[in-house]
Amino acid sequence: MVNERLFNLLILAILIGVPAWAYVSDEPFIITLMTRAVVFALAAVGLNIALGLGGLVSLGHAVFFGIGGYAMGILAFHAQTFTPVTEWPFVIEGTKSMPVIWLVAVVMSSLAALVIGMLSLRTAGVYFIMITLAFGQMFFFFTISWSTYGGEDGLSVYVRNGFPGLNTLDPIQYFGICLIILMTALTFNLFLAKSPFGLALNAARQTPQRVETVGLNSTRLKLVAFVISGAITGLSGALFADLNRFVSPTMFSWQLSGEIIIFVIIGGVGRLFGPVVGALVFVALEHLLGGLSDYWHIYLGFLLLGIVLFGKGGLIGMICGRETVDA
Amino acid sequence: MLEPILRTHGLTKSFGALKATDDVSIDLLPGEIHAVIGPNGAGKSTLIAQICGTIKPSAGRVEFLGKDVTSISARQRSLTGLGRTFQISALAMEDTVLQNTVLGALGATGNPWRFVRPALKHSELRSVAESALERVGLEDVMHTRTDELSHGQRRQLEVAVALTLDPRAFVMDEPMAGLGSEGSIRLTGFLDELRNEAPILLVEHDMDAVFALADRISVLVYGKVIATGSIEEIRKNADVQEAYLGDES
Repeated sequence: MVNERLFNLLILAILIGVPAWAYVSDEPFIITLMTRAVVFALAAVGLNIALGLGGLVSLGHAVFFGIGGYAMGILAFHAQTFTPVTEWPFVIEGTKSMPVIWLVAVVMSSLAALVIGMLSLRTAGVYFIMITLAFGQMFFFFTISWSTYGGEDGLSVYVRNGFPGLNTLDPIQYFGICLIILMTALTFNLFLAKSPFGLALNAARQTPQRVETVGLNSTRLKLVAFVISGAITGLSGALFADLNRFVSPTMFSWQLSGEIIIFVIIGGVGRLFGPVVGALVFVALEHLLGGLSDYWHIYLGFLLLGIVLFGKGGLIGMICGRETVDA
Repeated sequence: MLEPILRTHGLTKSFGALKATDDVSIDLLPGEIHAVIGPNGAGKSTLIAQICGTIKPSAGRVEFLGKDVTSISARQRSLTGLGRTFQISALAMEDTVLQNTVLGALGATGNPWRFVRPALKHSELRSVAESALERVGLEDVMHTRTDELSHGQRRQLEVAVALTLDPRAFVMDEPMAGLGSEGSIRLTGFLDELRNEAPILLVEHDMDAVFALADRISVLVYGKVIATGSIEEIRKNADVQEAYLGDES
């Protein structure tokens, strides 16, 4: 069994080393691929807080991914057409500034997570899965019919949004932005998991009855986790949209919600680097096998089957064993 | 006369035509251990659930520390000082013994909204947790995962978590269940001391423990309290002998 910290450092080395190599040998496509993996990883880090710590199987995380995407798309669309987003009750202009877009993405997806969480957390188990899926489908069909912003065709943004002092069109610089955000989210996750809130949330997943008996509100703990989770996934949606300079209703699709869950399961539910490993494996398979066949998901299915059947705790569980306990 | 810490008035719970508890009025005085015994299906678990607030009674009231708590939630009852241990351990099995106990200490502070400093580095939480573990004798296995504990150690941990909340009264659902004879003797000794801190309403099948500990015993049969009294009174009671003790001899 490999020490988990050592393994995480190895993954970090891959995250930095591969793009560095690609930069030196002038392979911008590899950098873009790695950016894609990092953005997916961020989406899954978000889900892992709800799923891994809180035990909430959300099949609707594409809602937050899509909201982040549309936050970027709508703001940038209005900026490039020089029209205000709204004139009532006061004028809101579009923007091409990434920090502003990120803020809007985080705020909007948190609000959505608050509302969806309050309604969904009245249920548990398979009903929770279904209700989150239902919300995802509602957003999906809403954006399909939202003709102002391209409906089914989505929205294209011609120039990537800007970050003060950086050239975001340079693949390696945009990769750097995404990686720093991912590392920040992982650091936050690390602290969160060990904090009193994390301890209570983790117990609420395992034994809600106990949490109530010590006087804590397990539903409220899970709701806060769901909001934090939605906010992080929302931020990843904004980054994903900027990576592709395009948003469409597929960002809200239930397949995407499923993929985010798959990243977490492949890597290891509740493991800090689980989402990162899952997203890296997914993007690697997509790239390597996608060339062989359009139906490369079959191989992904086999991998998932193998991990679920034989590897409790995902790839990290298989390689590093059970999580070590804190003293 | 001492004011009871905990009192029920005519607690009744009907499931359809079945009355799981029927007009149960019992009380718990300061410093005492009041045992509730009765055959399987007598309604003991339903009674506990109603006292602790996880089941709403069909009729009747629960009074705790002189206040009517019938309408408040289980969580709020815990906050006012009702310490409960479960028959089937409700512990976070993937967490360590210390983490489970720190959870109790965290609950007692009422503020889980702390997101940065590790829970185990909060010295005030940790000292409450560690002293509770020392009292039940689990300090040596503090860093063991709960699912690696023996059955008896889990029962001890249940009590330790309840202790962190510094309760004014304990409600214990079969704390001896599944303990070996040595384990139940040790726990009996511990509960004997604990009563000086807070009275205990003890639901228990282990008659040796009940007779060693109880100041008073109530016998519950088919949801009704058929007798309440000292050990001697209960032993002599003809109804009880017929309904319950007689079955075993």
